[in-house]
Order: sequence, then C-alpha cells, then structure tokens
Amino acid sequence: MRLAGVARIVGLSLVAGSWTSAAEDIVAVLESSFIAKNQATMARLQQDAVQEVCSAPRGTPVEETVLSELRQQRLDAVVLPADGVFLGDWQRGAEVAGNGRGLQSSDDPTKPNGGNCYACHQLAPDEVAYGTLGPSLTGYGARGQSEPMLRYTWTKLWDTHAYNLCSHMPRFGAQGILSEQQLRDVMAYLLDPASPVNQTKQ
Amino acid sequence: MAGRIKIRAQKKGDITEVKALMRHPMETGMRKDEAGEAIPAHFITEVAVFHGDQTVMQGHWGAAVSANPFLGVRFEGGEPGDTVRVTWEDNQGGTGEGQTTIR
Amino acid sequence: MPRGYGVKTVFLWSVCLALSLGAARVPADGVFDQYRDLMGDDNPAVFVIDEGEELWFTAQGPKSATLEACDLGLGSGVTAGAYVRFPRYFADTNEVMDVEARLVHCMTTIQGRDLESVTAKPYSLRGDLGTEIEALVTWLAAESEGETIAPEQTHAAEREMYVLGEEIFFYRAGPHDFSCATCHEQSEMRIRLQSLPDLTSHAGAANAWGSWPAYRISQGLVRTMGWRMRDCFRQQRWPELQMGSTTSIALQTYMAVNAAGGVMSAPGLKR
Repeated sequence: MRLAGVARIVGLSLVAGSWTSAAEDIVAVLESSFIAKNQATMARLQQDAVQEVCSAPRGTPVEETVLSELRQQRLDAVVLPADGVFLGDWQRGAEVAGNGRGLQSSDDPTKPNGGNCYACHQLAPDEVAYGTLGPSLTGYGARGQSEPMLRYTWTKLWDTHAYNLCSHMPRFGAQGILSEQQLRDVMAYLLDPASPVNQTKQ
Repeated sequence: MAGRIKIRAQKKGDITEVKALMRHPMETGMRKDEAGEAIPAHFITEVAVFHGDQTVMQGHWGAAVSANPFLGVRFEGGEPGDTVRVTWEDNQGGTGEGQTTIR
Repeated sequence: MPRGYGVKTVFLWSVCLALSLGAARVPADGVFDQYRDLMGDDNPAVFVIDEGEELWFTAQGPKSATLEACDLGLGSGVTAGAYVRFPRYFADTNEVMDVEARLVHCMTTIQGRDLESVTAKPYSLRGDLGTEIEALVTWLAAESEGETIAPEQTHAAEREMYVLGEEIFFYRAGPHDFSCATCHEQSEMRIRLQSLPDLTSHAGAANAWGSWPAYRISQGLVRTMGWRMRDCFRQQRWPELQMGSTTSIALQTYMAVNAAGGVMSAPGLKR
C-alpha cells in the first residue's frame, strides 16, 4: 500500500465554457490506488472517448458540438446482426436479464456474462425485485416489431449513447458485455408477445 | 472473541424477557475459502438458559443458525434481582457463558 | 405467536437466517426488517467495539507499545470525537489521511510493526470474526457516537482532496462505464431492491457517512466505509481499491464534506 503525498492540485480546466478533465493527474492517482485483481485489470482505468466526455461532474457544461459528434460516431459504430435476425429466444433472454454476474474480479471468466437488466429496470410485471435507475420496460412488446423498432431497440442495447449520450446504461454490444446471440435473446424477452415482459400481472 | 454473551433480562408483567447476543462465527462447514478448501464447521450445538438453579430452556442448534446468534426467551415468573444465565457449547468443544440480573 | 402451557411457560424465538444473496421475492429488506425489530437496540457490532477498545490498549509489536500515544488529530491518545474530523491533514506525515491510514501509521511508528504485515489483510473474509483494523475503526466510530460530522477543510491539501474526490466520483471507466455517480448521484433510486443514497447531496451523504462502519447482517461482520467502496468498485468491474490509498481518502473526503453537519451514529446495522 502506498500512502500518497499531498495531492497535486487537480482542478477542472474550463475551456471556452466547456469542461475538460485534468485527465493525466487523475489517472496517476488511480494507478497508485488500485491493483489488478483477476480479470479486472488496470487497463480498465483508461478511458475511451465516451467515458471521458461523460465524466463531467454534474452541472459542468460539455460543448454541444462535442456531444453531437460523439453521438454520431457511436451511431455509426453500431453493429447490427449480420444475418438480419434480431430476435432470439425469450427464455434465454430472461436468464440474461436476471443474471448480475460477469466481468467482476469475483466472476468466473469462463462463464457467460449477464445483462443484469433487473438491476435498473422493471421488466416482467410479476417480478418485484427490480431497480428504478432506468425506466420501466414492462409491456415493451406493445411497440411492435417493425424494422425501425427492431433497429432502434438493438441500437439501444448495443450502445445507448447513439441516442442518449452520457446515459448511465452500459454498452452491451460495443463493450462486448453480451454476445450477439445473448442480445437477440434479450430482444426477444422485450419484444416477443409471449414473453413475460408482455403479459399482464397475475 | 468466542465465549462472549451479552445478556439483558427484564420483567414485563408476569413474564421475564431475556435477550442474549452471542459472539460466534456459526460456520456451516459448507463454504470454501479462497483456496477452494472447505472451511471447517464451527457452530453452537447446545444452548441453555437458567433462572437461578432452574433450567428454563435448552436448545439443540445446528448450522442453520446465523453468525453472532441472537436468542430471545420469555418465561413466566422471575423477579428483579434474580440471576439469569446463558451458556453454550459448540461442535469444537468451545463454550460460552454470560449472566445478568433481571431488571 | 403460539402460547405454551404449564407452570413455567417458555416462549422461544431465535433468529435463523438462511440467507441467500440472490434477489428475493420479498419487499425491500423483508427478513432483515424482522431481524432489526427483534434486535431492538442491540447490534452484534457491540462485540467488535469491545474488541477494538481492547486492541487500542494492548501492547504490540517490537516496541511493545499500546496505541495510546496515537494522535488522531485531537492530540495524543484522544479518541472521543476524533472520527468525525476525518479525513484530515497531518503535519507529521504531510498528508491528508483517513482513519485507516492513520491507524496504520500509528501501528508502524508507535508499535514498530511491519507495514506489509499490518496491511496484508485489511478486511475480513466472510467467516472471520473481524480484523484488527476493522475492530479499531468500529470502536473509534463509536467514540464519536452522536457527534456532528465535521471533516477538516482548513488546510489547502484537504480542500484539494475534496476536488479530487469529486472528480473521481464522476470518473466513468471499465467495461460497464460505471462511476460512483452511476448509482449515487440521484435520489430516491434503487438497484434491484437496495435503496441508493444520493451522495452528492447533503441528506444522502449524511445518512451514508453517519451509518458506516456497519454490521452487515448478510456477512456476519462489521464492515468499514473503505471496505464498502472496495466492494462498490468490484461491482463496477474496476480493479481492487487499496485501503488508505489516495482514491480512498479523496472519495471519503468528498462524502464526509457533503455530510458535514449530519450526526454520526455508527456502527449501524445493515442487511
């Protein structure tokens, strides 16, 4: 354990009214404060463009051009399913939605990751153990399965920042958290009329 | 530390209410440590509550009781100033004891 | 509740919690609320408080010394009301320190103990009865019971630590892009059924800062704020936070300053 010296002045530099982080200083602090554990490597502390832009402390403005360029980049980078098949099996999707494991230092890297959707969202109306960080998705299937709706839903799962930059939701496709098949299964959990998400509460 | 018990005993109407908090890991023997080795079972097997010389309650416990068990007992009778004692034994031969007076 | 028969009626209730840590189909806290009701004012942490106090007054290390000469900011050996002034700057180390870092400093300098061995196992594994540092932190928190949370912010280093803490709080990283703010910058939210304090606000921060360290029923152990943050980062898919590190001190400064004015009531009792 290293006891740190007096912290260097880490401030927020404001450039023409927008926020940029004192990125180098903070990375040095983080690197001295953490150690790698199992699959949670120190490389995870390096930020990509989305993370860097979306780390502004609340209330500090980010330039609008920066935001819209990044949003467009994220949209352009979305990978739709190669065979055009968006929907998988909702029963497997339910498992993905309820599984909170994957990518933690305490997780088995040989097992599939979960999506942990219930951490933040209400889904099947009979499941009471749901979080409220995200909006309720109960009855999502009422939106139908038009091509635009399938692409929109896929894109939200793949990389929510394509539509909603700096949302709290993880990038399940872009960050490789879920496989293409798992994403299809979650799509079915949301959109299949037979899925519990689209049944009435018992 | 193994062996400690914090006891409170209070007269409420005709009933004496005893609350005892015991310090014990209550290890089930089913868990594995970081090296994958089974952690040896270590739990209270016998617990008893005494009012003076009388045995008020005897219990046989097992691995299902959680760590640092909390025991509550009510019995008829008892007067402020009387002694209440709680004892336990565990599967590894350890013992614990504590006593208090009824308030 | 059933009634018994006979001259001496014995009614017995004991708490057998076969705890499963998966999401339960019960209202928030459910069985833990029952446990709290039965416990009343009791808390298994009382044992850990006693153990911490004993450790403070136990001679240890090559210098065979107790920790009574340890200065926690209010003078040598003064423990009452010290916890609520942390994190704070110490001239003798020229650093801002949290309670854990300060205890480690006292153990190594006053008691002459080896840094590696003192920090090798800062936090218990489940099934342990607690580590030395956890017990000492618990006792020290209890020594500030009822006091007003008032971390020192007079020294420039202390104020810089707050700014650093805020920046780290919002720093998104890892495969899930999680920061502390992901869960703790909004009020009235919950993850599954666990309510989440808004640590950017005074009320949320005061509630959180004032109730840790806490006996975690599901763990059978008292856990410190340092442990809680380490476990947060694990769930954020980050690497492992080190006890007494700059990040740990900075985040605690951010929380404690936001909590300033609130009341210390630890160790608490949590699921």
